[in-house]
Amino acid sequence: MMSIRNTLFLAFCMTGLMLISTIAGANVQPTAVAATDAKAVDKTAPAPDTSNDTKQEKKDSTADHSKFKELQRDFASGPEVTKACLECHTEAAKQVQHTKHWTWEYINPTTKQKLGKKNVINNFCTSVTSNQTFCSACHVGYGWSDDSFDFTKEENVDCVVCHDTTGKYKKLPGLSGHPNYESMEWPPHSGKFRDATDLTKIAQNVGKTSRQTCGGCHFYGGGGNAVKHGDLDNSLVDPGHYLDVHMETEGLNFSCGKCHLSDSHEVTGSRYAPTAVDTKGVLMRGKADGRNPTTCQACHGDRPHKPEHPKLNEHTDKIACQTCHIPEYARGPVATKMTWDWSTAGKLDDKGHRVQVRGSDGRVTYDSKKGDFTYDRYVIPEYVWFNGDIKYTLFGDKVKGKDLVKINEFQGTPGSPDSRIWPIKTFRGKQPYDVGNDTLAIFHTAGKDDSAYWGNYDWEKAIKFGMEAAGMPFSGEYKFVNTEMSWPITHMVAPKADALSCQQCHTKGGRLEGIEGVYIPGRDANPWIDKLGLLIALLALIGVAIHGGIRIYMSKRGE
Amino acid sequence: MGERIYIFKRFERFWHWTQAFLIMFMMLTGFEVHGLYSLFGFEDAVAYHTFAAWALITLWVFAIFWHFTTGEWKQYIPTMDKVDAMMKYYLTGIFTHAEHPFRQTTLTKHNPLQRLAYLGVKLMINPLIWFTGLLYLFYSSWDSWGLSWLSLEWIATFHVIGAFMMLIFFIAHIYLATAGHTPTSHIKAMITGWEETD
Repeated sequence: MMSIRNTLFLAFCMTGLMLISTIAGANVQPTAVAATDAKAVDKTAPAPDTSNDTKQEKKDSTADHSKFKELQRDFASGPEVTKACLECHTEAAKQVQHTKHWTWEYINPTTKQKLGKKNVINNFCTSVTSNQTFCSACHVGYGWSDDSFDFTKEENVDCVVCHDTTGKYKKLPGLSGHPNYESMEWPPHSGKFRDATDLTKIAQNVGKTSRQTCGGCHFYGGGGNAVKHGDLDNSLVDPGHYLDVHMETEGLNFSCGKCHLSDSHEVTGSRYAPTAVDTKGVLMRGKADGRNPTTCQACHGDRPHKPEHPKLNEHTDKIACQTCHIPEYARGPVATKMTWDWSTAGKLDDKGHRVQVRGSDGRVTYDSKKGDFTYDRYVIPEYVWFNGDIKYTLFGDKVKGKDLVKINEFQGTPGSPDSRIWPIKTFRGKQPYDVGNDTLAIFHTAGKDDSAYWGNYDWEKAIKFGMEAAGMPFSGEYKFVNTEMSWPITHMVAPKADALSCQQCHTKGGRLEGIEGVYIPGRDANPWIDKLGLLIALLALIGVAIHGGIRIYMSKRGE
Repeated sequence: MGERIYIFKRFERFWHWTQAFLIMFMMLTGFEVHGLYSLFGFEDAVAYHTFAAWALITLWVFAIFWHFTTGEWKQYIPTMDKVDAMMKYYLTGIFTHAEHPFRQTTLTKHNPLQRLAYLGVKLMINPLIWFTGLLYLFYSSWDSWGLSWLSLEWIATFHVIGAFMMLIFFIAHIYLATAGHTPTSHIKAMITGWEETD
């Protein structure tokens, strides 16, 4: 109602002006409107709040873990540290064991698809099965190397991977979720050595989770910094205002947990069950309605723009906040991986050694182990209608006759109230599938055995091993198929001055060119009405020109 | 030089020219919003268009009040009398400096074709534009008004149809302004209020 009143008031002022200055008064209006330009830069930076700063962690805490007798000893392994943790935090491991971080499993309640890291196949390193020794470097546990792993054993839970504050704790691929307990050459064949992990120091310095601990896995998904998500990379450890208005170190300084509120170790905001539409307004503390607290709306409500810009609020029934407020992804210094072609892997040099080709920015663009990659920064997202459901192509799903296999597909109905237009990263790949059985292939990448592709570059052996580990048949024949995987873009929220301008969508060939289900002024028009209208207007012009021409000619002749 | 009569009073002239400016400005911004060209940028074009709309609505409130209190609305009562003579004049007479078939008075200041055209604008083009325009503007309130069945595409399309009709009227109107007793007599009258009638 505010908006209508304002507009009416302005209209009356306008009329007043016109009455005084007649036509000239009308020139006033552009300035009057321009003064409320949505793009005005807000220079009032919020006061720095350092309460979440990891450096302050110890001061915030009421417990100094270095004073605990239980931790004043040597630890031979991670599980020993966990046992010490559990002496006081008796329920912690049980809690963790209920979470996706532990089970790597999630059943989608709508589609009933069995998801989670353990079950899905992606188009990066493709699948965990048969590669646990390496993949479990990002598992909150110790010792998961194959199916015999005991998911019920409490000391198998890794507490410190999330609660370390020293930055010295690192689980290395190949060690089945353990850090190195001895001095070890790392990266392999680099000639550099990592000291044995000082578990005592780490245990005595545990604290809250932080960007560093969450980011230890989530920034490096897909095998390296910034590879997988596009909106998560290690530049978020210390971002400026431009990169992320919420996490800006000198500004709001949000930790991950500020949005991903957790209870009983259950971290909210899973990509497996996203909330695409949130119309419930600001989330009240204590209100136990099972809402996802990570949505923008949980803090900002669903009409977050100032009343001077009523039209912006009116967009929230069709558009996710992220669409305008994350104009590009990979807006940090690090490019994200855009494509991965496994089919070119295996080319070796004359001596039969692995080859790596690097691009001008030093990043690997070809690796014998993995194939060809491309990277990009400041990437314009693709846009889709999304209702929160994601359908996956899982092990065993038929891929026959498809030129393109969609690893996952965001569901949504154009124009429907249950869907919003969302920005996504689409990651394109090419990966092996089993021609005979018509399913995506699971292959064994890493390991010291002679079937691992990264050891002997033999696809047939690698796939045979992988399929066997998954309990799937392998026909013996494989080919490569193009794949696409979608990722929601939701981090790296830009300052409002950098949000999309109206015209970036309200134009022909704009950001939302391919989006159906909405009439977008400036993009859409009835072509027949436009043609007919312009044609008649043109004919009228020609008509009056001829009529006037004859009048001038006749009156000249008459003189 | 013939006689002069005072046909357009001060408020009427103010109304006409303010409306003329606003309509031209709204066509300029409106067709930009429609995507035909880029001038102010979409965001500003929408803001200007909306602002001008409210200004024009306000002006119209005054103009309607004026029409009814002064009885000037009667100037638009349609008549077929002399329509054929006017048509004939525009098609032939005007070229040969024939006598203008219509003589203005303060009670009948518009010729029968003008009456019909302006009535068409007031009863067809304007209502179409205002009706669709206001719905367009309050698009987000449709649900609460029980109008969720409306389609923005249709509202926008009819708004554009109204706009094209206005554009075509505008072209003809500008030209026919030169088709009075002398090429400038109508225009002068609209500025000073005084029309030369031969």
